[in-house]
Amino acid sequence: MSMHRFAIIIGFLGGILGFALSGAAFAAESPNLGEPISEADLAPWDINIMPDGTGLPVGSGTATEGAPIFVQKCAICHGAQGEGGEARALNAGPPAATLDGGKSIANFWPYATTVFDFIRRAMPPTAPNTLPAEEVYALTAYVLYLNEIIGENDVIDKDTLPEVRLPNRDNFIIRFPERI
Amino acid sequence: MAKKRDDPSIENPENVAGNGLLHRRALLGQGALFAGAAATGLGASLTRAAAEPLVDGAGANQWGRVIAPYQTRSPFESDVVRTLTNPDNLVRNGHARTPHHMLKGMTTPNGLHFSICHSGVPDIDPSEHKLLIHGLVRQPRVFTMDALARYPMVSKIGFLECGGNSAPMFSNEPLQENVQALHGLVSCAEWTGVMLSTLLEEAGVDPRAKWMIAEGADAMRLSRSVPLAKGMDDAMIAFYQNGERIQPEQGYPMRLFLPGYEGNMNVKYLRRLELTEGSAMSYYESRTYSPILPDGTAYQFYFLQEVKSFITEPSPGLTLNEPGFHEISGIAYSGTGRITKVMVSADGGMSWGEAALQDPVLPKAFTRFTMPWRWDGQPAILQSRAWDESGAVQPTRESFIAQRGQTTRPPSVLGFPSQHFNSITSWAVDTNGEVRHVYA
Repeated sequence: MSMHRFAIIIGFLGGILGFALSGAAFAAESPNLGEPISEADLAPWDINIMPDGTGLPVGSGTATEGAPIFVQKCAICHGAQGEGGEARALNAGPPAATLDGGKSIANFWPYATTVFDFIRRAMPPTAPNTLPAEEVYALTAYVLYLNEIIGENDVIDKDTLPEVRLPNRDNFIIRFPERI
Repeated sequence: MAKKRDDPSIENPENVAGNGLLHRRALLGQGALFAGAAATGLGASLTRAAAEPLVDGAGANQWGRVIAPYQTRSPFESDVVRTLTNPDNLVRNGHARTPHHMLKGMTTPNGLHFSICHSGVPDIDPSEHKLLIHGLVRQPRVFTMDALARYPMVSKIGFLECGGNSAPMFSNEPLQENVQALHGLVSCAEWTGVMLSTLLEEAGVDPRAKWMIAEGADAMRLSRSVPLAKGMDDAMIAFYQNGERIQPEQGYPMRLFLPGYEGNMNVKYLRRLELTEGSAMSYYESRTYSPILPDGTAYQFYFLQEVKSFITEPSPGLTLNEPGFHEISGIAYSGTGRITKVMVSADGGMSWGEAALQDPVLPKAFTRFTMPWRWDGQPAILQSRAWDESGAVQPTRESFIAQRGQTTRPPSVLGFPSQHFNSITSWAVDTNGEVRHVYA
């Protein structure tokens, strides 16, 4: 090996070494103060339900089972038949929503999984995140039934809910696709 | 008269548009222009009756109040308050609107920043608050407030606007309301915190991730899907607002701040970010902030608060007490970047003059504009129109409504017929100096 070639190799290695060092120095500049946490330990906060059903818990319910729970926990704001009151109507509403109002699950919402997600995280507003999964499934089924999407004895669970197709799903235009 | 409309400067060299709009520098130390103005009516006050004798006010010779640990404004300013939609804290959402007609400058005082809460205002103990970052990352991590406080912090002056701000202007008839009721769901502050990109880079983002689902620690765990591109761009986890810790109605102990994006996405009480391939289609993104279009379709993932301006003074409730000189003042902003130009009209859009922009003009922040005006006591219609550095221009009402629709009957001023309204606002001044909302 000539000295010339040796120098090139050393220089090349030095370059790699220098890059690695600077990379390490750069990483060390970031504080890295977050504590690692396991999937099991973060599970109590991991409540997002995705449109494909990811995140849905074990359990099931029907509209028939949901009706008495609705009367007990929801009707005070949403009306005895979901016709609305202090809070929104939860029935099918008009055939189409307009700027005069009338957005409903039947005529506007794109995904049925959103119903489960929102009931669980936000309802009832005085005690959200307290309903057991069985009750959330039953209320989801009841609200979908009020919207004439499913029958009163159709079972809603982690497999059937993502299969419920809401009528307006394909009626949306992404406003700024380049920003996503 | 037609000639006057075409070139108002023929009559008075400092006129730049019809109905008495003056050159934006007419009173800013431009000697020649000011001299001209004095000759053409701006100096009218010189001809008034002699001034009242000077006397001392009540209490002028008394020892004053104690200096307070946390100072508050004068009792004479007690009517400068937000308007509330849920003052009794009933179990529904509540809004507080900023009184723009009584404020100046480019930042909103913390006590007057608009607020919307969907499950009341939580008082969160920062020692119990944590931020979890998980999902499509190399290693899920949880941060305490003490840990986050040690990260490098940056400050940014930025506006924050509810996606439903100005929604009453989707009404088919102009609602007789003031600027606070129509445009009070936007404010501007200096936000200080940690760039989210720093935390995301530490977490090690899986290339499959395209979204992050942000969630608050409020009772309803309000959640929104945010494009990861925004998270890596200029998103911030904000701890301070105008130099002091964020107040509970703004998300204490910390909130997500997404410059230029609709307020609801700027999740308050932020406690969790899950990185995902797709959107969660949460309630607020899939239902509430999806504006319906006239053909029955709807926009999804609107996010951007587009270029907009409105005049705050004169405006309804601020009656002009006499003809003569008045300064027109207003706010312009764009979620895309800097404001480059604001034009003002006093004749309902027939002629326009360029307003002065108050420095500094910052991207995605309020820009205060002013326009000197000599009101002749005759009816006038005041409008403003803004341009931003992307070239976007605030649309006329006609073109906006054609694309976005309007109601068939007037809605409640507290209603939200649609979202993301950014067209022109018109204020009509009558011969008594009273100002009302019109469509022009």
